[in-house]
This record gives sequence, C-alpha cells and structure tokens, in this order.
Amino acid sequence: MTGTAPNSTAPKTVGAAKLAVRVSAITTLNALVTRFEFQRIDGTDFPTFSGGAHTVVEMMDGEKKRLNPYSLMSDPAELSTYAISVRRDDQGRGGSLFMHQKIKVGDEMALSYPVNLFVLDLRARKHLFVAGGIGITPFLAQIKQLEAIGGNWELHYSCRSPDLGSYVDELTENYPHATSVYYDDKKQSIDLDNLLDGQPFGTHLYVCGPKGMIDWVRKTATATGWPQAHVHHEEFLAPQPGRPFAVRLKKSELTVEVGAQESLLEAIERLGVDAPYLCRGGACGQCETDVLDSDGTFLHRDHWLEDDEKESGEKIMPCVSRFEGKILVLNR
Amino acid sequence: MTLQFNTETFRDDYSFHNSQRAIDRFPFPFHEDSYMYAVNMERHQGGPADSVYEKRFDVDEHYVAEMADRAKVLDDDPLRCQSLPHMTLAGWDLLELIMVSKSEEYPDFFELHREGREWYWINKPLGIEDHFTFMDDTTLPYGPMEYITRQTQGDFCVLDQREDNLWMDAGMVTTQADWSLDFDIGMNFFEWHAPVPLAHEKGIFKRALKFLLNIQQGAPARRLNWTMTVNPLLDTSPENYHKWGIQKTTLTSENIGAKQHLRVELQTFFRLPRSNALVFPIRCYLMSFQDIVSKPKWGRRLNRVVRDLPEELAAYKGFIANRPLMLDYLSQFDDGLPTSFGVWPDEHITPTLQR
Ligand code: HEM
Ligand code: FES
Repeated sequence: MTGTAPNSTAPKTVGAAKLAVRVSAITTLNALVTRFEFQRIDGTDFPTFSGGAHTVVEMMDGEKKRLNPYSLMSDPAELSTYAISVRRDDQGRGGSLFMHQKIKVGDEMALSYPVNLFVLDLRARKHLFVAGGIGITPFLAQIKQLEAIGGNWELHYSCRSPDLGSYVDELTENYPHATSVYYDDKKQSIDLDNLLDGQPFGTHLYVCGPKGMIDWVRKTATATGWPQAHVHHEEFLAPQPGRPFAVRLKKSELTVEVGAQESLLEAIERLGVDAPYLCRGGACGQCETDVLDSDGTFLHRDHWLEDDEKESGEKIMPCVSRFEGKILVLNR
Repeated sequence: MTLQFNTETFRDDYSFHNSQRAIDRFPFPFHEDSYMYAVNMERHQGGPADSVYEKRFDVDEHYVAEMADRAKVLDDDPLRCQSLPHMTLAGWDLLELIMVSKSEEYPDFFELHREGREWYWINKPLGIEDHFTFMDDTTLPYGPMEYITRQTQGDFCVLDQREDNLWMDAGMVTTQADWSLDFDIGMNFFEWHAPVPLAHEKGIFKRALKFLLNIQQGAPARRLNWTMTVNPLLDTSPENYHKWGIQKTTLTSENIGAKQHLRVELQTFFRLPRSNALVFPIRCYLMSFQDIVSKPKWGRRLNRVVRDLPEELAAYKGFIANRPLMLDYLSQFDDGLPTSFGVWPDEHITPTLQR
C-alpha cells in the first residue's frame, strides 16, 4: 500500500525529499543538554511546521548511518533556522553521544521533513502542558505558536535540579504567569489531582517526558474523568539493545543478522532495502511489516499494533521491536 | 504555455467539450479489464509531461468555465462552502499551498509576490489582483479557504486530524458525485464513508485511513475514483437531485455517445504544515463515451469494465438502470482483442477496431 499502485502513473520514490543542512550553532545548555541549530545548504527557508513536530536527524557515524528523531523547538514562524535540543544518554545506543561529541559547527547533515505526531487541538479553549526534563522541547515550539495567535496556555515543568533545568530562565522570564517549575532535588512535585480538577471546560492536556510521568498523568486524568480525546502525549521510544537475531527478507531475497545495538529497521536499511518509516519510535505505524513465518518470541515494543495483532504473530514494527528465536521471515 | 480557455457551460445548453489535447490527457481510471475497490494510492510527485498528474494542481482548458459554474452554485446555495471555526488556520495553509504551487508551475497565469506577511496575488485567467496580509482574515473578500477555492478547479475537503481519525470540518463542494458537505460536515472518515458498499467488509477504509493519517508534509499522495454522469454536469449534488436525476431517463441509443460521460475524480492528499490538517482536493474530469471510444484500447476496456462490474457498485454509482443501454453502445467498440496493461491509451501498439 505504501509503494505504487498497479496503475501507477507516479515516479517511484519513497517519502519526501531530505533537507540538506549545515550546523549553524551549537550551544551547551547544561551538563546533559546541548542545542543544535541548522540552516539549509541552499540558503532557502525550511518548510513550515507546527508546534509538536519532530525531524529525523541523519548522522553519518563512520560507515554507520544513525537516524534519531528530535522535536523541533524553534519558533514555527522563524524558518531560516531549525533547532533541536539533545539530551546526552550515556546508556543509549550512541546517537546522542555522537551528536554531543562529534558534531561541529559547519558540519553537513540531512534532516527529514517535519512530522507532527503531537499536535495542538485547535478547538481547545485552553492548553495545559505538563513537561518532564527534555520533554520540554515540543512545548517550546507550541508556546511560540500559541503566543503568536493569542492562545491560552499554562506550563507545569518538572526538572531534576536547577542546574539541569533547560530553558527554565527563558520561560520564567518571558511567561512568569503561565510557567510553574518543580525541582526533584528540592522535593517539589506537581500537585496533579488539584491541577486537573481545577481546569475550565474545553481544556486540553498535553504531556511529554519520561515514561513514568506520562503514565502517571494519563492515569490520573482518566481517574478524574477527563475525556480521552482531551489528553495528548508524546513518547518516543528509543529502540532497545537486545540479543542478536537473524531475519530473512522474502521479497528482497536477503538474510541479515540484526546486531545487539541495532534495530531491526536499521539492519534492513543497512542492506539497502527501502523500508518505510516516519517516527522510528513505534508511534506512527508507517513501518508496519507482515511476518510470513516465525518460530520464536516477538518482543513487541511499539504503541501502534493492537494487542490481538501483537499476539497473532503476523505483524511487527521493525523500528522498535525485536525477536528471539529460530526463524523470522518478513514480507520486505 | 499556449492554453486556450473554453467558453462553455455545464448546465442548460451543456456546451462543455473536450479538445483533442484534453482527450489525449484524460485520466482514464482502469489499468485492467475489470474493476473493484482497492487501496489504490500512490505518491503525488509528478508524472509524465503534460499529463494531469504532472502538476500539484492541474489547470486545464475548463478552468475559467468551471470557476463561473462554481460561483453560480454558491450564489444559489452558500452552504456548499463551510468551515468550522478551528479550521481557519488550515484555510491559510491551503491558500499558501495553492498560491505557491500555481505561481511556480504556471508562472504565465499566476504570480505571487511576498514581502513578509504582505502578499500580492495575480490570477490572470480570472482577472484577479489582490493585496492582502497573510493570516489576517480581514484583508480578503472571503475566508482564506473560500477565497482560494473559488479560483481552483475541483472540490476541497479540509480534514482535521485528531483521535486517530479525520474529521470533515471544512470544505468547498460544488462538483460532487451525489454527496453533500452540509450533511457530512463534522463527520469522521468512517461516518462519511458509511454509504459505500463492499469496501468496509474488505477492510479498505481501515487501511486507507492508516495511510492518510501518516501522510507527510512534502510527500502528497493521489488516487482515482470514477462514476457515470448523464450530460456534462459538474453539480450532481443530492440537493439538486430533482434537477439532474431525471436527466438519466433521457438517454437513448442515438444520443448516448454524446450525452453519457465517464466522470473521473483525481483525488490528492496533502498534509498542511501549520494546522497539521489534511486537504483532499477532488478534481473532476468529464469525457463523453464517444470521445473515450476514439481510443481503441479505452473503448474495449470500458465495455468490459461496465459489463462485469458487480451489481452493488453499479447501483451505488447510479447507472444500473442504464447499464443495458450503455453496453449496447459500448459493445460496438469491443472486438474481444486483448488490451495492454496500465491506464495509457498505447495507441502505437494497439490494433484498430476489427469489425
Ligand atoms: C480524507 C479523504 C477522503 C474524503 C474526504 C472522502 C470522501 C468521500 C465521500 C464524501 C464519498 C461519498 C460517500 C457517499 O456516498 O456519501 C466517498 C466515497 C468513496 N471513497 Fe472516499 N474519501 C476520502 C478518502 C478515501 C480513500 C483514501 C479511499 C481509498 C480506498 C476512499 C474510498 C472511497 C470509495 C471506494 C468510495 C465510493 C466511491 C464510488 O464508488 O463512487 N476514500 N469518499
Ligand atoms: S517508524 Fe513509526 S512506528 Fe515504526
């Protein structure tokens, strides 16, 4: 379905063109977080985007191509520059370390077109934002977007310590009445029950942060009677390392060994097989792949497949999910 | 570009006609000798030179006449254009998309000059020149969606995306195949598709929706749909069924070649950047049976498709009563020879009709 229909009148290309960029500024915000700014190599403006959108950053780490999604945090009205903030993850698979250690001003890279899986509901009378740590980034763009149209918003932002509070100064200075900050090391925490209880009719709630926080906010919202359609969350799963496994790609007639540090999607791409994706984080559904044969256990980690689809063993989302066992054959 | 705009009507005396160029580039929708609903989507990133697939928004010889017809429909029934309050931003997105596309792809006809938010738009075929402030509704004579779709061929549905669904929260719909924006406004993807036979059971809509929700900015998609219309009528709406439904009974074996039209919709899908809405332009191309059979491959194939189409589809598309008459006519152009795969007329390799 993603490819070309049999009556095809279309040129055969997959996805939107990439954006060729140069790193125009690098700013260290604190011990963990660094901001990267990009400009287009051809000097033109970037595509317009909406607050909450992310871009997939393509990193050439020697032979290895890394693709990591990051929220765009710059002002959607300012299209000469795109900016992202990257939190260093020493336990991760190396993408954020690569950004922190290897990328210099002037380097050339490629970005995907913006994709928004965390949009503002423009019917909302008020937007209530709950952020944890680096989860602040999509809200920075959304706040600028709402400020431009006089939207009504309020932010509750929880950080580990003042030292690690990325963008706290900017937010409290510019929007003192709309911003509340909570520091873990000062034993401050969001009084969620009260916060959710006191909201005017027509408020939408948005949460972005660590998994524990997202679960807590969503559960509390459900328990206090918030309609599901008014509660939005953004959670990028990073692919998890795991045991290596072999996979057979039927259509391409290839077999590949998926390394411990590599995702199934990355292994497929390494062979030069064109596989669709958008978010690379188990949320968008674009990479859904049919399983033709298997003998083993699926480690489904996505937010996309329904439970019965996961149990059926007929589908896998290769951007985040893995497999343990003897045989795995995919329709790719 | 040497495009001449026709002086013609889509009502009353029906002076609508297709030039040889229009016949040659008609988007014939059947890639094989039978038809069934499918998730027939592909990228909308160009196509063969001069085909209707080449540009993001095709402008053809019917442009000026179609816009005049739209203006008449709107005069009689303003509810053909509606936009719920939260969709204004999407309207600006759409205005930008169309103005930028048309001025890049048809620089002889359309110009867009931008100084920050101060924009100057020139539409030469329609004789329009306007200065306005982008994102300021008070500087245009209509809302942004209405303004630009009064200047663009095809119907437009603007869909809000939320709760993993699409919602028909705005649109300009004056050239539709028997459905109503006023009825569908505010509905979601499954609700407005409810009347369609067979496709739900085949899981087509579930898969189509997943595809649409993931359409990415910069990577638009397209598909074709088709139906049948007696007389070259653009406005076959339920609101006016009393006017056009009855025309289906005027078909005779003498007039069918000229009166019966295959109606093809080139449907495209674009993600809009600020609102994250999806816009769904539905561009209608009409061609008479006698023009279709001028291409031997298309004549043979149309006969076979119409003959073998399941009853449910012929009934839904509203031509089951006239099917025998159509087949009497079309079978004259089908000698049973094989046809080549794909939608193109392939005239250089297609034998002429053997009688
Ligand atoms: C978001 C974009 C879309 C909109 C706004 C839309 C709208 C509509 C509407 C209003 C109808 C008429 C229903 C009636 O009888 O009242 C229709 C029919 C139909 N739609 Fe869609 N549609 C969309 C996308 C799609 C897609 C992606 C498919 C892909 C399979 C599809 C398949 C169909 C089919 C098969 C019919 C029946 C048409 C016929 O036989 O003439 N639609 N659509
Ligand atoms: S790429 Fe989005 S779910 Fe896999």
